[in-house]
Amino acid sequence: MTIPKLFYRQALKYGKERVAMREKEFGIWRPFTWHDYLENVKHIALGLVSLGLEEGDKVAMIGDNRPEGLWAEMGALCARGVGVWLFQDSLMNEVKYIVDHSDTKFIVGEGQEEVDKAISIIGECPKLKKIIWDDPKGMRNYDQDYLISLKEVMRLGRELEKEKPGLFEELIGKGNGDEVALLFYTSGTTALPKGVLLSHYNMLTMGKNLMSVDPCKDTDDYVSYLPFAWIGEQMMSISCGLQIGYTLNFPESSETSQENIREIGPHVMFAPPRMYEQMTRTVQVKYLDAGLIKRKSYEMASSIGYHVADLKFAKKAIPFHWKILEWIAYALVQKKLKDHLGLSRVRNAYTGGAAMGPDHFRFFHSLGVNLKQIYGQTEVAGISVVHRNGDIKFDTVGHPIPETEVKITEEGEIITKSPSVFLGYFKNPEATAKSLKDGWLYSGDRGFIDEDKHLVVFDRTKDVMTLKDGKPFAPQYLETRLKFSPYVKDSWVIGDQKDYITAVICIDYSVIGKWADTKKLAYTSYPELAQKPEVYDLIEEQIRKANKDLPELVKVAKFVNLYKELDADDDELTRTRKLRREFVGKKYEDIVNALYSDAEVVHIDTTITYEDGRKTHIKTDLKIRKVTS
Amino acid sequence: MSFGRVCALDGINLKIKKGEIHSVIGPNGAGKTVMMNCISGLYHPQKGSIYYKGEKINHFKPHERAAKGIARTFQKVEVFGGMTVLDNIRLGRHIHYKSGILSGSVYIGKTAGEEIEHRRFIEEEIIDLLEIEHIRHKPVGMLPYGLQKRVELGRAIALEPELLILDEPLAGLNLEEVEDMARFILDINQEKRWKITCLLVEHDMGVVMDLSDSVYVLNFGNMIVDGPPEEIQKNPEVIKAYLGEEDLYASRK
Repeated sequence: MTIPKLFYRQALKYGKERVAMREKEFGIWRPFTWHDYLENVKHIALGLVSLGLEEGDKVAMIGDNRPEGLWAEMGALCARGVGVWLFQDSLMNEVKYIVDHSDTKFIVGEGQEEVDKAISIIGECPKLKKIIWDDPKGMRNYDQDYLISLKEVMRLGRELEKEKPGLFEELIGKGNGDEVALLFYTSGTTALPKGVLLSHYNMLTMGKNLMSVDPCKDTDDYVSYLPFAWIGEQMMSISCGLQIGYTLNFPESSETSQENIREIGPHVMFAPPRMYEQMTRTVQVKYLDAGLIKRKSYEMASSIGYHVADLKFAKKAIPFHWKILEWIAYALVQKKLKDHLGLSRVRNAYTGGAAMGPDHFRFFHSLGVNLKQIYGQTEVAGISVVHRNGDIKFDTVGHPIPETEVKITEEGEIITKSPSVFLGYFKNPEATAKSLKDGWLYSGDRGFIDEDKHLVVFDRTKDVMTLKDGKPFAPQYLETRLKFSPYVKDSWVIGDQKDYITAVICIDYSVIGKWADTKKLAYTSYPELAQKPEVYDLIEEQIRKANKDLPELVKVAKFVNLYKELDADDDELTRTRKLRREFVGKKYEDIVNALYSDAEVVHIDTTITYEDGRKTHIKTDLKIRKVTS
Repeated sequence: MSFGRVCALDGINLKIKKGEIHSVIGPNGAGKTVMMNCISGLYHPQKGSIYYKGEKINHFKPHERAAKGIARTFQKVEVFGGMTVLDNIRLGRHIHYKSGILSGSVYIGKTAGEEIEHRRFIEEEIIDLLEIEHIRHKPVGMLPYGLQKRVELGRAIALEPELLILDEPLAGLNLEEVEDMARFILDINQEKRWKITCLLVEHDMGVVMDLSDSVYVLNFGNMIVDGPPEEIQKNPEVIKAYLGEEDLYASRK
């Protein structure tokens, strides 16, 4: 079985009766039936063939989540090409590296912005033949002959269809499950991105096994708003979506996605922790702004919610009177709250891709949202381990899915064996040999299996810190704890082989800005606000909360508020917003050194490059604050 | 045009060609906004004539000029803060509504159909162009300044004008917003759908020089020079009066 074969079968089965996807455009949800989906994909596929796509050629896609993007991907697969997705906000050099490394022949971009990126690299990527675009906005002055609109591609496809009817079916029929379907670039936290080769079989077994744990129905709705360049989104939209046949919904624009999720009320959700962290923050901020009655009812509801959730975590029976209280809390507060977050119909919400703090996790369960941790990586085409209903522990990631074996090596590394384990890295046999041994995937993550046979992921092996007493410690554990505060946007914990632990904090500009307004604090910019003594007091308070109940050695002893937010454009985070520890460690060496000296301020003298290439010089002093307990 | 004994504008001769972006620059107090007010009808100059498409429009009231196809935005945004973005833009369409008060108040007959047609226009042409989908139901007063400016532009083009007066559309915007706004101005000027002639008052010289087909320089109510941007940049008098000796502006191309 291949993805195109499955797609063709499903499209014939559902035909004009069923909605395959919806997109909100011009304020209206526009449906596309499976029949429309098939027609569009067919014409794009044949259009690509008539432009010269041959077996195994790479087609790169870049742009926001929208039906055309998925059609292009499916079209490329049906035409026996290989799909490559780029992050929408990738910088020029990242696009260039991937397009060049993958030997991409066609790029399908959304509009002017993507076309501009592609045009500026076409000279350096000799294999790149055509740039395809679909949004005509701003495209009026472009006349390069390597540019072609998606409409034109589809017209070529229709012509080819007339000329050679049955060609599309013939192409699909040629496919074999072991062939490469997608080439996925992992956002390396240390090195250049690596190209992960995934076969049709990898993708389809992934979807099948996840769906056998938590079945979805073909009447379900799913909102696709996270980048397609992230394996999690591919898994939900293609691997699972195609097999189940649920409806994919595309938001109007990336800014409206939260609102659009609320309108749709999806049944299943999969997002990295930062999305859930954002929701938590929204609730916390709204709570701070609310009037007394609302605040009190929220407090009541959440204390009931937490109590019930803790009983469930402990797998204890819920006494009858607590059930009544739970119902009251639901009717008064949680129902509304879940509706606002778009979670009212969610059966299963998954989080993965990074660690989620136990506080966030408990928060969602206190609302009655069935949030589950997953563990996976691009190399297994998605996930390998997930929580089961009624067996959720907030510090673990659960049990392996069917057909999947997970073991811990003697060194403590997590290794996986499953039909979804990838084929290898593209043009990188050394890395392949390192991570694939006898069919086992070596993850580079450290973890262990607890007494209930749950997998616990500690951290990336290379990130694990050693404390003064020689014990290992996972910095991301503390970082996620710090991030539970609505005032903290990002945190970076330092302390490997040091006497004490310190943290670099990025304040949440909008939340602290609002807080400063109510306190009548004047400020003009992020760096200025971050350095206000009042803000330091506030952050110290937040850190003290996070420090509570922690052993003395892992308490944050000192912290500093950074003068900017960490940004993927500055290489400080990966595109999936993971901290690149080694890089920031080097970049902010002065700050790290100051945190481990007696200094009270650290002087910063640096240049910031804006997106348009202009540079500004920043000279500022960052205060270092000791956390008193 | 004079206010009491202050002569705000004197000896002005400005010709705007159809389809162009014509900029007016000058130091603060040069009379740029007064000039815009004269054209849009807020002020009536004591002497001189204003012609629009061959017709003298001196005696027309602002709303009559709007009906003829002149729209404008203001230096300091003049939006209805308590109303939503959509309502603000709808207001710009008001002139194109044909149904009367009676049928409008009970929402029957032609009104409902008309309403939907206008809504479609606003959604497909304006909200999509200006990328304000995420705020359509938000009250304008709650929005950041940059977005309020965008809404104001949206309201002005909802009129489907032929001449659009933009009074410092970029003032107070940050870098990213300036780039967006400049893109929108180019779009409504060049896109086949719109082709609006623009009269632009602006201090951001980089943008003025990049966007304009011609530039009109004003100082103390008098014209200094009128010509294409390249010429203006070289003109010694302009440099002395306004641009300054140093290279204060940089093209963003």
